[in-house]
Amino acid sequence: MTTTPGEAPPAGGREFSVVAQGLRKNYGDKRALDGLDLAVPRGTVFGLLGPNGAGKTTAVRILCTLSRADGGSAGVGGHDVTSRPREVRRSIGLAGQHPAVDEIMTARQNLEMFGRLFHLGRARARLRAGELLEQFGLSDAAGQQPKNFSGGMRRRLDLASSMILAPEVLFLDEPTTGLDPRGRSEVWQAVRSLTETGTTVLLTTHYLDEADKLADRIAVIDRGRNVTDSSPAFGGETPTPAALKRAIGGDRIEVMAREAADMPDIVKAVARVAAEGSEPETEDATGRIHASVPAGEGVAALTEVARGLQEAGITVEDIGLRRPTLDEVFLTLTREKQEAAA
Amino acid sequence: MSSDVTGTVTGTTDGTTAATAAGTPGGTAAATAAGPGAPLPPPAHGSAGERRLYWALADCWTVVRRDLTHLAKQPSVIAWQLGFPIVSVLLFVFVFGSAMDVGEGVDYKDYAMPGMFAMTMAFGFMNTAMSVVIDKERGVTDRFRSMPMAPSAVVTGRGVSDVLHAALDLLVMAGIALVVGWRSDGGLFATVYAFALLLLLRFSLIWVGVWLGLIAPNQEVAGNLFAVAFPFGMISSVFTPPSAMPDWLGAIAMWNPVSATSNAVRELYGNPLPVGSSWIEQNSALMAVVSPLVITAVFLPLAVRKFQRLSA
Repeated sequence: MTTTPGEAPPAGGREFSVVAQGLRKNYGDKRALDGLDLAVPRGTVFGLLGPNGAGKTTAVRILCTLSRADGGSAGVGGHDVTSRPREVRRSIGLAGQHPAVDEIMTARQNLEMFGRLFHLGRARARLRAGELLEQFGLSDAAGQQPKNFSGGMRRRLDLASSMILAPEVLFLDEPTTGLDPRGRSEVWQAVRSLTETGTTVLLTTHYLDEADKLADRIAVIDRGRNVTDSSPAFGGETPTPAALKRAIGGDRIEVMAREAADMPDIVKAVARVAAEGSEPETEDATGRIHASVPAGEGVAALTEVARGLQEAGITVEDIGLRRPTLDEVFLTLTREKQEAAA
Repeated sequence: MSSDVTGTVTGTTDGTTAATAAGTPGGTAAATAAGPGAPLPPPAHGSAGERRLYWALADCWTVVRRDLTHLAKQPSVIAWQLGFPIVSVLLFVFVFGSAMDVGEGVDYKDYAMPGMFAMTMAFGFMNTAMSVVIDKERGVTDRFRSMPMAPSAVVTGRGVSDVLHAALDLLVMAGIALVVGWRSDGGLFATVYAFALLLLLRFSLIWVGVWLGLIAPNQEVAGNLFAVAFPFGMISSVFTPPSAMPDWLGAIAMWNPVSATSNAVRELYGNPLPVGSSWIEQNSALMAVVSPLVITAVFLPLAVRKFQRLSA
């Protein structure tokens, strides 16, 4: 765990907004969380990735005091979720999987109601509603009912409702599930503008590109465990998206041959820089040759191959370095886990 | 121990976060200075318990206002919910009424109208269950539970709203009853007491509705509650005296809490009524109070426990 014992309180302190240690939760025979560890640095967007049923939502529910853990401990904003739920509720905002807004009340009435339930009082609740409508680009729709909203607008109202107290930690559980591309980009924009204000965001998603675009740190969870933090590749820290891709996948070098006759020579040049145990793969139909290169040596490898080809007088259609997608990373991590378990 | 009101700044440990978040271009300077994260402390003094009570009531009222807003925005909902009783009135009083003989030369209208009031109250638990299940499905309940509001307000707000709603239902029903020629001959006190007994029945069934709404997995299942509500409302003295039914069914109908309330309010309205000689039928005034209290005593704790179990 990255918290220094004795210095930071177990509930997470100055450095971390959310800390979970060994969280366990069973639903009947089903093990939803199996010793989940998390440490979310203050002021970051933390992506929690995992397949359906990995325990993402269960983790969020426990951290938001909606559900009680069977074991382990967790703290949010410096407060223990079990013994200090009221304090936790005052420092969080939650936007769950479905926009939890009242369909019949207008957007403004929704925000005013939530403001009053956050004990702002009538006048301040009204003021705050106006601010949030503006901030989330809903001023024009303030007097309309959410049932007439687009998916993206409804989501934005939902986000605004969870931002009444400008919470220290905002939990977003699959915020763009079921949205069209336009709605997704609207929500992404809203989330990005929030992070500029210093709010810590814990985001669960199974869209890898979403985590890639929004998150500063990414933890992959699978079968109720954090499989990135426990991976020796990251030294017990939660990796950034780039570090995750670099450490797990390494970069791939990709060359498109112009002449089929050049392919054997290109393969030879690529093989010289390929990572240990990685053979260049060729696709004869397209003329594509690609191979993994050791982590962190991508640019050097690319230069070397390019120089080699130039010296041999081979012109190619295209040459480039490709970072692995999070999909590939994800598959690698969860596969490793399965092999270890077997 | 920081209470609801005093522990103001946990959400905004560093004031700057709050201020910046609120300080949008359109944000008012006053609001920004106060910080959006500082809850209002209305009772300046008073113990933590008093403040907690204050917020329990204030939050309950906020939740009730939500339902009143719904009503104001969709007055047609009342018409839909009263559709069945209204159609029943028309059917039973005008279509079947002439063929209905409840004995002793009683005008069927005088027999059926108070029964209809009681049936409307009896069916009300479906509306409660439906509201509860919709909020649960849409995540509104979870949002409330993740907020620093008084958790009790989610349930008490539902209860108060439904009693207000039921009072409005009764008002509309009584208006229709007056139009078709029904009158209360029982005097002001007795008439008001009769309506209070009807609301008491509805009140007790709120907890049944909350409990069922929390158990029901989705709206479809909650919609099927009609299959339970229908016999619950009808196998009673609402439309016909249990004595006219087969013995076994009559016994069930007599002991149905809806019957006790129906008979009790008929008596209070001064509508002459033929009742059987069994103990339960002779003591409907007592049972119209006791039955709802028993239902409440059983289902209120069940509903509260089910609500708390949401966090299991």
